[in-house]
Amino acid sequence: MSSINYSEKIPNNVDLSADRTLQRALEQWQPNYLQWWRDMGPDGSLDFDVYLRTAVSVDPQGWAQFDHVKMPDYRWGIFLNPAEQDRKIHFGDHKGEAAWQDVPGEHRANLRRIIVTQGDTEPASVEQQRHLGLTCPSQYDLRNLFQVNVEEGRHLWAMVYLLHKHFGRDGREEAEALLERRSGDEDTPRILQAFNEPTPDWLSFFMFTYFTDRDGKFQLCALAESSFDPLARTTKFMLTEEAHHMFVGESGVSRIIQRTCQAMNELKTDDPARLRAAGVIDLPTLQRYLNFHFSVTIDLFGADESSNAATFYSSGLKGRYEEGKRTDDHQLRGLTYTVLKGEDGRLVEKEVPMLNALNEVLRDDYIKDSVAGVERWNKVIDKAGIPFRLTTPHKAFHRNIGSQASLKVAPDGRVITQAEWAARVDDWLPSATDRAFVTSLMGRVVEPGKFANWIAPPMIGINRQPVDFEYVRFN
Amino acid sequence: MSQDTPVDYQTSPAQYHHWKLSFDGPLATLTADVDENAGLRDGYKLKLNSYDLGVDIELHDAVNRIRFEHPEVRTVVVTSAKEKVFCSGANIFMLGLSSHAWKVNFCKFTNETRNGLEDSSRHSGLKFLAAVNGSCAGGGYELALSCDEIVLVDDRSSAVSLPEVPLLGVLPGTGGLTRLTDKRRVRHDLADVFCTTNEGVRGQKAKDWRLVDDIAKPAQFAARVKERALALAAQSDRPADGKGVALPPLSRAVEADALRYTHVTVEMDRARRTATFTVHAPQGAQPADIAAIEAAAAVWYPLAMARELDDAILWMRTNELELGTWLIKTSGDAAAVQALDASLLAHASHWLVRETIGLMRRCFARLDVSSRSLFALIEPGSCFVGSLLELALACDRSYMLMLPDDAAATPKIGLTEANFGLLPMVTGEARVARRFYDEAAPMAAARGAIGQLLDADAALALGLVTSNPDDIDWADEVRIAIEERVAMSPDALTGMEANLRFNGRENMMTRVFSRLTAWQNWIFQRPNAVGDKGALKVYGKGEKAAFDWRRV
Repeated sequence: MSSINYSEKIPNNVDLSADRTLQRALEQWQPNYLQWWRDMGPDGSLDFDVYLRTAVSVDPQGWAQFDHVKMPDYRWGIFLNPAEQDRKIHFGDHKGEAAWQDVPGEHRANLRRIIVTQGDTEPASVEQQRHLGLTCPSQYDLRNLFQVNVEEGRHLWAMVYLLHKHFGRDGREEAEALLERRSGDEDTPRILQAFNEPTPDWLSFFMFTYFTDRDGKFQLCALAESSFDPLARTTKFMLTEEAHHMFVGESGVSRIIQRTCQAMNELKTDDPARLRAAGVIDLPTLQRYLNFHFSVTIDLFGADESSNAATFYSSGLKGRYEEGKRTDDHQLRGLTYTVLKGEDGRLVEKEVPMLNALNEVLRDDYIKDSVAGVERWNKVIDKAGIPFRLTTPHKAFHRNIGSQASLKVAPDGRVITQAEWAARVDDWLPSATDRAFVTSLMGRVVEPGKFANWIAPPMIGINRQPVDFEYVRFN
Repeated sequence: MSQDTPVDYQTSPAQYHHWKLSFDGPLATLTADVDENAGLRDGYKLKLNSYDLGVDIELHDAVNRIRFEHPEVRTVVVTSAKEKVFCSGANIFMLGLSSHAWKVNFCKFTNETRNGLEDSSRHSGLKFLAAVNGSCAGGGYELALSCDEIVLVDDRSSAVSLPEVPLLGVLPGTGGLTRLTDKRRVRHDLADVFCTTNEGVRGQKAKDWRLVDDIAKPAQFAARVKERALALAAQSDRPADGKGVALPPLSRAVEADALRYTHVTVEMDRARRTATFTVHAPQGAQPADIAAIEAAAAVWYPLAMARELDDAILWMRTNELELGTWLIKTSGDAAAVQALDASLLAHASHWLVRETIGLMRRCFARLDVSSRSLFALIEPGSCFVGSLLELALACDRSYMLMLPDDAAATPKIGLTEANFGLLPMVTGEARVARRFYDEAAPMAAARGAIGQLLDADAALALGLVTSNPDDIDWADEVRIAIEERVAMSPDALTGMEANLRFNGRENMMTRVFSRLTAWQNWIFQRPNAVGDKGALKVYGKGEKAAFDWRRV
């Protein structure tokens, strides 16, 4: 029955060549996946040879093999972190029991939902970013975009593996549906609204990979604690790749800042108009993009009080960030957490049961982590001797999910009127003019070693290759 | 849940928190946009278009207004203003906080409202289409099931579901299980899978399994809904040029121990734990033709009386739990009621008369399912004739005074043609036919008595009353019967009465009210649902229900 040489074509550590269930599922699914990549993957890129990292095994030598490959020939693999001997469930009602190697029927529906929701974001981001290749600022950045894209594709494979392996016919149907939904499509949208918005320009892309892929990191970290061992092991391996995506975002924004500061010092001005005329992105515009992506991303953690979050934790499906490092009882019954609620036009602190507040707990952990990178960006500004600081907005700013969505809140946390919001929104979020300006900078730069005017080159290349290496051969 | 302030079933669109009504020719759109902060009681938020009694009171009012104020409407499209959510059903936290009595009363009213949609579709040509534009769970799907058709958006994520069993350890108790089988004829094994799959079923599979009638992509959804709504409208004979009748607030005085309306009075005797309902006959000249009926509008007697009695029944059921025996009386001129029935029958095909008959039918049917002992007391000055005789026929027992020496003053009852099918029970059966198991001889005798006024001896002979005490026995016999009744177990009485009232023909509605409701009420009482670790109690807290695994 097999037309696929599994170990060659699909690198894996799940004994794919001996697993008929998986083979049958993948024989159906893989051609549809490739067709999806052709239809919805990076625009116009099918023939490019791209200098990509491919994971062929989970050991240190294997997970980062570099070579030029055509993306449709990329070897999307299936990897689980090595099993931990006799792993025990370490939180929730089942704490102390053996971790599950198979899906308990009782938790089938919730686990499936978690995996499908996570899985849906992976192809969604490829779709959101599919036109960016046409306006890349350099070969180096184009290659990074493609690396992010193929790895999002692999993350889809990882989730589809779990669906195929553990969820039977339902799982196969869900895996097909992951290829049928389309980001931004009115008829078949992606599940989460943030993944239906296009990524229109490279500044948005870098902000997205910094902020929104970091949401991915936190979700994956929480799932890496799961009592369902295959999910925990799969997501642990995904985290190694996710780290690179955040690097792309953080270094991308950092290089934009560096270029802007350089222009500010050369021109001896902080006037946005003069800086824009010089073809760089002024710092206030960067702040507005930051405000937008930060606020949209923290919405992804869900409502501040959630019965699903409580159920997922207690039943052992999804832990907290770094659950293992925490010193409480890992069951949280009777504990409370302070959440900020929008009530009667005010922001008020309220003690709610910790179990119901776990979305907020994860959101707060995420915020701490995000702020650290913003501080690193500020160091670049400091180093250039420019008195300006980027800051993350208040967590109630520009929220659409949770009780704070009922309020209008300024970036500094003041509750304001609808009128003040309307008058100030263009100071706080990218305006149409800002977006048009950023779009106007987006021209395609593809000569090796050349970079668009609005972004500085990186310090070093990929895999110790020079910055002017031919990362993409356009053929 | 506290019973602090009484629940009032009267409302109007200007006061709605949760629904929006809009009109477009033969189509009305009833849009759920539940205000999560406007629950009827404290302690829960109505998230995701979930509902409590307050939301359903508005739905009930809105449907009544469409019936009367908008005769041009032939199809009502029920949909949601919330993104990706149609309705997530009865609010679970509300149920968790509620007393058993509150839950049962809530379910009864929501059942009646949903049955009312089907009643209007069957009798009045008012069709309902559920435009399910997002996830539709539990009571949300049960609302959709009570519509004539269900169109589900096919966006690869919106599903219909009945997650009560797997998620909450209770049943889809507002007709869900019954309509799946009896109405939509979903195969029982598929229904088993559906009812135990908490994420539900979406898209083509939902259609294949008969859970919905049609699916449509989001871009085509609005057009498909309109197309199907218009197709339903084509089956209706509601008039395009009818003159709507506004439903003004009822004139109602709420006293400590009484409710007083224009045609209905309820007097409460808290010491005896009884409530006496008195319905007064029409007084003075009554409209004889359609023009006069239309001119009388909301003050036309049968419309006004039925609205008042409906409100009184709902008020008493919700707010006066300890008054377990209702004594039903009438007062006024029997001839006036006979004339009223003649007028209802003569104009029964006119939309306004038809809607009024429908309101009376649904109102009287509330008595059949009320968990109160019902005794009719037929005394001098009463007018249990025709449509008002239905009140006595609905009772568990009827006592009729016989004055052997005073033929003029002795109370009389009378049958009219209206007793033979104009105001049937939810079984579709007239109460007279229910009474006699539709047997030929007593039915023929009853028919033969149409138009006559019968004293207690004659009524007893025809089997129309339970007992005919004379003036010497009356006071004691009636007193003892009532005192005996109010002393018995209220639970046993409720169960016994429900069994005896629905004594014959079964249909989907009776299965909703009997089999489904009885099982649900058993489950609602069990520790597996409502114990400290019961599924309903721990829902949303992140705790796992602890079941007693022994099957009962």
